[in-house]
Amino acid sequence: MASAVAFGDERRSGYEFMSRESQAMQDDDAANPAMLWALDGEALWKSGAPACSSCHADMKGVAARYPAFDARLKKPVTLEQRINLCRTEKQGSAPFKYESKELLSLSAYIALQSRGLPIALAEDAATRPFIDAGKALYEKRQGQLNMSCAQCHDQYSGRKLAGSVIPQAHPTGYPLYRLEWQTLGSLERRLRGCLAGIRAQPYEYGAPELVELELYLKARARGMKLDAPAVRP
Amino acid sequence: MARALIRVPPRARRGEVIEIKALVSHIMETGFRHDQYGKSIPRDIIQLFTCSYNGAEIFRARFYPAIAANPFISFTTIATESGTLRFEWSGDNGFTASESAAITVE
Repeated sequence: MASAVAFGDERRSGYEFMSRESQAMQDDDAANPAMLWALDGEALWKSGAPACSSCHADMKGVAARYPAFDARLKKPVTLEQRINLCRTEKQGSAPFKYESKELLSLSAYIALQSRGLPIALAEDAATRPFIDAGKALYEKRQGQLNMSCAQCHDQYSGRKLAGSVIPQAHPTGYPLYRLEWQTLGSLERRLRGCLAGIRAQPYEYGAPELVELELYLKARARGMKLDAPAVRP
Repeated sequence: MARALIRVPPRARRGEVIEIKALVSHIMETGFRHDQYGKSIPRDIIQLFTCSYNGAEIFRARFYPAIAANPFISFTTIATESGTLRFEWSGDNGFTASESAAITVE
């Protein structure tokens, strides 16, 4: 499962920073608790009228392309937002709440189908300004600790924060089962946790800032293999 | 949604030691935590896990509040005959879940 790293590429996914026990937990689908969500997602995918499966056949590679620019909304949308757009516009039902069991299950089921594929974010002129905005946010100092994402995850990655290794912040495994959370969570939850950690006011779920940050992180991890739904400490 | 994931080797030789894995979806709320208003969150855990092989119990485990959410159990047994392994979990608030898996012993 360890992603083959091209010569000269010093990027490492969070998987490579984990203990062997956590890696074994992720590698074995019978031990990876995230698979419980993926199974629920599969059931949800095939249920309802109309069901997701009545329009979409195969979602292979879809998660690798998100967040993606939506030409009609003129902004990028995350996979979770796309699921809810489909629900409100195509299925005529209420959107799922962020971090709800249903939304996480569906995104886990969709992400699972892109497992092992490289992150393939679009690099067109429409997406570019949003990636740049995400980069600016990533490098912006904020919060009472006056820190930027880049300070921890570029400058000090591989070193320790309390007892844990600081990873390089490549979002290859989301949604993922975090042992600390004891549940599955999205990248937005992780980002909000980091913001609270530097004592900044976290952006609301679905806020454009979080979408831009996700977009930049995915662009930064372009080409790295997805291992979703992953396990992380 | 109570859901379980079972891994049992579908085939085994007679007398072979086989590894069985069982993962179940459960929050395992300890009963020791409080919500943001200081109110105690009631305990909600699985209390008992059993596995039976063609009706005979071969493994039993009691669960306690210190066990993490979505408990994963792995154990071994000896493949004696073809048949069914049945897994059952029960706990607080009338929680029950069950799953079975077939095994062919040659």
